Formats: sequence, structure tokens, C-alpha cells
Amino acid sequence: MSNKNAIQLDAVSKSFDGFKALSEASFTARWGEVHALLGENGAGKSSLMNIAAGLYAPETGSLFIDDNLVRLKGPLDASTQGIGMVHQHFKLVKPFSVAENILLGLRNDQALSFRQRLQQTAEEIKTTAARLGFTIDPFARVDQLSVAEQQRVEILKVLLAGARILILDEPTAVLTDAEAENLLTTVQNFAHQEGAAVILVTHKMNDVMRYADEVTVMRTGRTVASLKPQSVTVGELVKLTVGDAPTPPQVPASRAAGEVKLEVSELCSTNPNAPILRGVNLSLHAGEIYGIAGVGGNGQSELAGALMGLPEPVSGSMQLVGEGDLRDLSASRRRELGIACIPADRYSAALAAPLSISDNFAMGEIHSGRYGPFWFLRRRRIEADTAAAVSEFDVQGVRSLQQKAALLSGGNAQKLVIAREFSRQPQLVIVHSPSRGLDVRATLAVHQRLRSARDAGAAVLLISEDLDEVMALADRIGVMSAGRIIGEFAQPADRQAIGQAMVNHV
Amino acid sequence: MSLIASWIGNIPDFAVPFALAALGLIIIERSGVLALGAEGLMLVGAMSGIGASLMTDGSTVAALIMAMIAAAVVSQLFALMVLIMRINQVIAGLALVFFCQGLTGLCGTLMNWTSRPVSGLSDLSLWPLSELPVLGKLFIQDPVVYLTPIIFLLVVLVLNRTVLGLRLRAVGENPQAADAAGIPVLAYRCAAIAAGSALIGLAGAYISVLSTKMWLADMVGGRGWIAVALVIFARWSPWKALAGAVLFGCIEALIPQMAASGIRLPQYFVFMTPYAVTLGVMIWVAVASRDNSSQPGALGEPFIREERR
Repeated sequence: MSNKNAIQLDAVSKSFDGFKALSEASFTARWGEVHALLGENGAGKSSLMNIAAGLYAPETGSLFIDDNLVRLKGPLDASTQGIGMVHQHFKLVKPFSVAENILLGLRNDQALSFRQRLQQTAEEIKTTAARLGFTIDPFARVDQLSVAEQQRVEILKVLLAGARILILDEPTAVLTDAEAENLLTTVQNFAHQEGAAVILVTHKMNDVMRYADEVTVMRTGRTVASLKPQSVTVGELVKLTVGDAPTPPQVPASRAAGEVKLEVSELCSTNPNAPILRGVNLSLHAGEIYGIAGVGGNGQSELAGALMGLPEPVSGSMQLVGEGDLRDLSASRRRELGIACIPADRYSAALAAPLSISDNFAMGEIHSGRYGPFWFLRRRRIEADTAAAVSEFDVQGVRSLQQKAALLSGGNAQKLVIAREFSRQPQLVIVHSPSRGLDVRATLAVHQRLRSARDAGAAVLLISEDLDEVMALADRIGVMSAGRIIGEFAQPADRQAIGQAMVNHV
Repeated sequence: MSLIASWIGNIPDFAVPFALAALGLIIIERSGVLALGAEGLMLVGAMSGIGASLMTDGSTVAALIMAMIAAAVVSQLFALMVLIMRINQVIAGLALVFFCQGLTGLCGTLMNWTSRPVSGLSDLSLWPLSELPVLGKLFIQDPVVYLTPIIFLLVVLVLNRTVLGLRLRAVGENPQAADAAGIPVLAYRCAAIAAGSALIGLAGAYISVLSTKMWLADMVGGRGWIAVALVIFARWSPWKALAGAVLFGCIEALIPQMAASGIRLPQYFVFMTPYAVTLGVMIWVAVASRDNSSQPGALGEPFIREERR
């Protein structure tokens, strides 16, 4: 194994609309090693690698390949420098065959006929696949391949384009355990036997411990450590990843939790190809915040979707005590019962972005008749209510109530959603990643709202991938992994123990 | 018997404009751009073909080429609207039709081209096929009729058997993937619009220069819309579109034959038939085939390079 640097990013910074995604992050990977880039969601891993792959331009900092300073103008430039990135979301043309997809990105032998080039590409695919230890039919249509096979096509695509530095963004997130093991063994061989550099972006400790030669840990846009995984324990690695900053003490409920409000049992995905939920059981009491912690992609989004009434294919039951299954309730009945939902993606699921702020606010009450019967809209009352809510919930950046909701920044859009959902006394609140993309002040405001809803007797289910948030808010914590709640912790809970449970079970 | 023979002999005259226009649309739509403007571009081709023929006093071949160039140039207006300004492609297509209807009507009147006859091209007999009983008249046609299957063959070869065609289809199926592979998406779409429109313009010029041999305002008479339906009916496959064009040609060629044989049908019923058949075909396609797999994946979607948030 040579020790020469393959790729080096030096003090790279990048921000998106004022949010600093990367601050002076540095990263070095050497030839012949599998280098893991570890961090929680939003730690800046993908941003850093997108800079390495030429998709984003860094604001400050520099990039070295083979110890030479380079400036990438785009993905093509990166490709000629030998950098290939396999994205989490594949970039494949579905109705094309494997060989056609790979040929698209190649610039070989213009003199040959199309058929010859296709044949030549197919041969190269076969030999490269054999070298890496798997087989693939070059003439199979991509949309008839499994996800794992499509991922191999993506890997072949970058390798045939000449990549010697292979970046894999969360490659095991979409794979089964056996497929993941296969893939990681393959890329490990590629690094160890062929001397290439493989960068593995991940948040799975197991992948790091078993397959990486070196690991760089990122937290909140910074690279906090670079070390050999063999030299530390999983516990130490978890500590580095989630940080050991003292979390603000959790504020317990002002009164004891009441009776059971929502009873979820054996909730499973019914889609046989992607059984994401595998039997979720939980019971939620009035007057408590139940937090669901876990590494992203373990079924949180699907659970949230099912509870919020999105068409999620699930079996099992979600009993709202005294009312029956949540799935049997119409949207207006849910509103009458005081069920409030705050989805993770506020622009696509919670707000109608092209409508005005006041229209968005009035939407929640439009069925109750507060704003008039169906042939008449009481505009003035809408305006008055919205104005009151906007000032009470401190929604900033409102120039006029007629302004489009799309013009609000992420945090203020979230506050508008919360203002609408909390404008009546909610009885059951389902929240998914409420503070994603929010600044500290807005986050504190959102947390305060959730606590006061709880103290007013509502049952709150908080699903969040941010462990700090769950620790700060929840009265009880369930850890979600592989589509199940695998453990419950009562406050005061041990942060390290929860962190261990989150990763060990994967 | 002679009625059937002359009916068969008339079919290519009606089928060729449908076929060429549908082929042009397929080229554009395979690149992911929804093109509804065929009617307008056919009018541009029809008028400029006659114009060129009258102005240059003769060369029909030059007139057809002028028609193709004119349609390609006007189509760049559409390209500007949908590719650069990212205006809704349906609205841009409709706007193009209405604009071209007005423009060709105005130009035809101003230049005094209306109802002035042109010479066209003389028919070529393919001996000995032209001596066949009943089918013989199918082989006494103008050269563009014989050229049409050759154009189809060329387009099919380019689409399916070249890297150029592979890239064009990739742009229409998944522009993000094409972009990641280093293909200039907008340039490919722009070129597809120009090339396809040239064929649509040729279809229009065929009607005016070779079929009717004169220009009349709005003379395309809805054939552009039928071509749009034909493309959907053919599931974006050139050969199926050619078959569909022949089918429509058969129906249209029947109308004058029925009049000649003395069958009295209400005039407007006769004019309605192609559209009724179009409607019927569309409903049949919708009921019969549930899969949308042959439709270009990114049809009608403007391309914006992925930007964060």
C-alpha cells in the first residue's frame, strides 16, 4: 500500500443561502485505501464530496489530486481527473440497456460504428465486472435490474470512464445486508489490489469498522478527526460523530402522562420489494412527547407518512383510542379530532407554495366553517387571524399577508405551518424533523411550542434524526432501526447508550 | 375496379404529409420536448414553399428546401420559448400555431401569393411495378412519395443505430443522467427542434407545392393536429407512425372517391371523418394499452441543472 495522497481537500468552505454547510473542512485520502467519511445527516459529508466531484464550487479552500492543485469546472472535468462519484440517487436512463447507459458517458474510438462501439463497451463491462468479482448482462435493460445491480452499473460507469478515485455516497443505504457486504468487499478489493482510492460516505458504524482503512469524522460542517478505525472502539467513534457537547437538560412534563392516545401495532410495509417498516409497535400517551431516534433511512419517513395519512402501503394497526384506525379517518375528520401534522418537507407536504400566506393559514380551518360557508370566504377574518398568528408565532420576513408562501425562508415557512397546526388546541401532534434547516433561535421556538402543546395535554410524537433534539424534548425515547422500534429509554436517558443502540443494530 | 385503383393511387398524396409531419414530431418529442406546433409549422412550410416557387420562377426542389429552412427558422422561436425561457411547452406550442396562422395569412395576402398556381413535380413511373393491375397507380407518384420511406429509414437508423441517436434519446428520457454524462442537453434539444421542424415544413410544402399546387390561407386544415395524435397513437415509433399515416391517408383519399361515385354524404360529415377517427383511435389506445413505457420519460419537462434547494 503506497502512502501517496490521491485526493486532498484543504480548508474547504461552502454555504447555501446563508447556511454554512462546510466550514474549513479538510480531507485526505491515499491511494490503495478505503477511506470512510462518517457523520450524521447534515454534517456536510455529501457537500464535501460534491465539491470533490466538481458539482459544487467551493467558496474557499483548495483541491489537490496526486498532490497537484486542480480547479474543477464541472463533473466532466472531475471525470478527466479520474474522479468518479456514485450518487445516492442513480443517474441512469431507465429504458436503455446497461451497455447503452455506459456508452453515453464514454468518448472512445469515434472511428468505430455504433454496433462495434456497443459491442466493445459490452466486452469491457464483462471484463471489468469479472475483475471486480461479479457478473452482469450488458444488454439487460436497466429498469429490469434490481437496485443492487443498478448500483453496480453506476460503479462500472465511473470505472469505465477511467475513475481511479471512487466516491460512493451512502452506497449501502438502499441495499440488503448481503448485498451491502458484497459491494463493500468488491470496492475493498478495488482499493487494495488495484491501488485505487475509494471514499465511502456513510453513517453506518459497522461499515466503517469492517471495511475502512481510515476514517474521517465530520460534524456540523467540520472535519473533527481522521484516524484508523482499528485504533478506536465503536463507542469512541459514536462519541466523535454525535459529539459530546452537553445537551440542554430535558424539561420534564408539568404533570404525569395521561391515558393512551395512539396505539400502533405491527405496522409493516406491504410493498414486498421494499419492506421498510417491519413491525413497528408503540403507544403514545396524552401529555407526553415520545421521541423516535435513529439513523436516517430506517423507516422514519415511512412511519411518519403512514401516521400523517399519506398513501403509505402498510399493514397492521394505528388505533386512535376511541376513534378507530387512523387510516379510516377522512382528512376533515382528522382535523376535527385535533390531529396536527408537521411533515419534514414543509414545501411539498405542508404548504401550497404559490398561494399567499393567509390562504395557507386559512386552509386548516376551511372545513370547520370558521371562514364562512362554501360560497363565501370571510377574507377579513382570515386576514385578522393570520396577522395575529404571524405575530404570535414570530414568523419573520412577512412583507404582506398576500405574499406567496414560497418566499418565506425554511425556518419561517416551518413557523407558519406550526402556527396553522397549533392555532387550535391539538390533541395529537405528529412531527417529523421539525427543526431541519432551522437556525438556533427558530429551533428553540419550535421546541417551546411542542413542549407547551404537551403541557396542555396533547400527545406528541416526535420523529427526528437529530439525537440532540430528541434528547432535549422527549419524555420517552424509542430507537428505530431497520423498520422496528428496537429499544425504549425513559428520561433521563444515557446518550451513549442510545447512540450505541442506533448503530449497533444496523 | 377503376374506382379502387384511383383510390389507391391517391393514398400517397394524402399519407405523405401525415407521415413526414409525424416523423418530425417524433424527432422533437424523443428529445423530451412536447411539440404541439406542427399545424403552424406546416403552414409556414406550405406558404414559403409556394413563395419560393413563385419568386424563383421554377425550381420545385429549391422551393421544398426553402420550406424546410423557413420552418426550421420559425421553430427556433419555439426553442427559445421552451428551452431558454422555460415557458410551459403546451402553451408555447399553441401560441406557435396561432402565431403561424396569422403570419402566413398576412404574408400570403401581402405578397399576393394566394391562389396562384405553381408547376409542382411531374410523376415518376416505377416500371414494371406501374403496370400492375389495381396497385399500378401506387407507383406513378411524385419523387417525394418515394423519398418518404427512405427518410423514415434514415431517421430510424440515426435514432437507433448511432451514438448521436442514443444521446438524443437519453436527453429525452433522463436529461439529468445525460447531463452527468457530459451531453449538452439544451443543444441537443435545440437541434432536434430544428431538424424535426424542417421535416414538418416539408410536410406542409408537400400539401401546397405538390398536392394542391397553390397557396390558400389555412390550407393545412388540421392535418398538423392529426399528426400530433398520430405520434401518440404510434407510441413514438417511426414505423408505426408511417402505418398510421397510411391509414389516415386511406380515409382521406376515400372522400373524393365517394363524391365521384355519386354517394351523397353531408359535406361536413365528410370533413369530420378524420377527426372522428383520430378521436376513436385515441380512445382505443387509452383503453387498450395501459403502459406508458414507450413515451419519452422526460416529455414536456423543462431541463434545469440540479440546484440545491
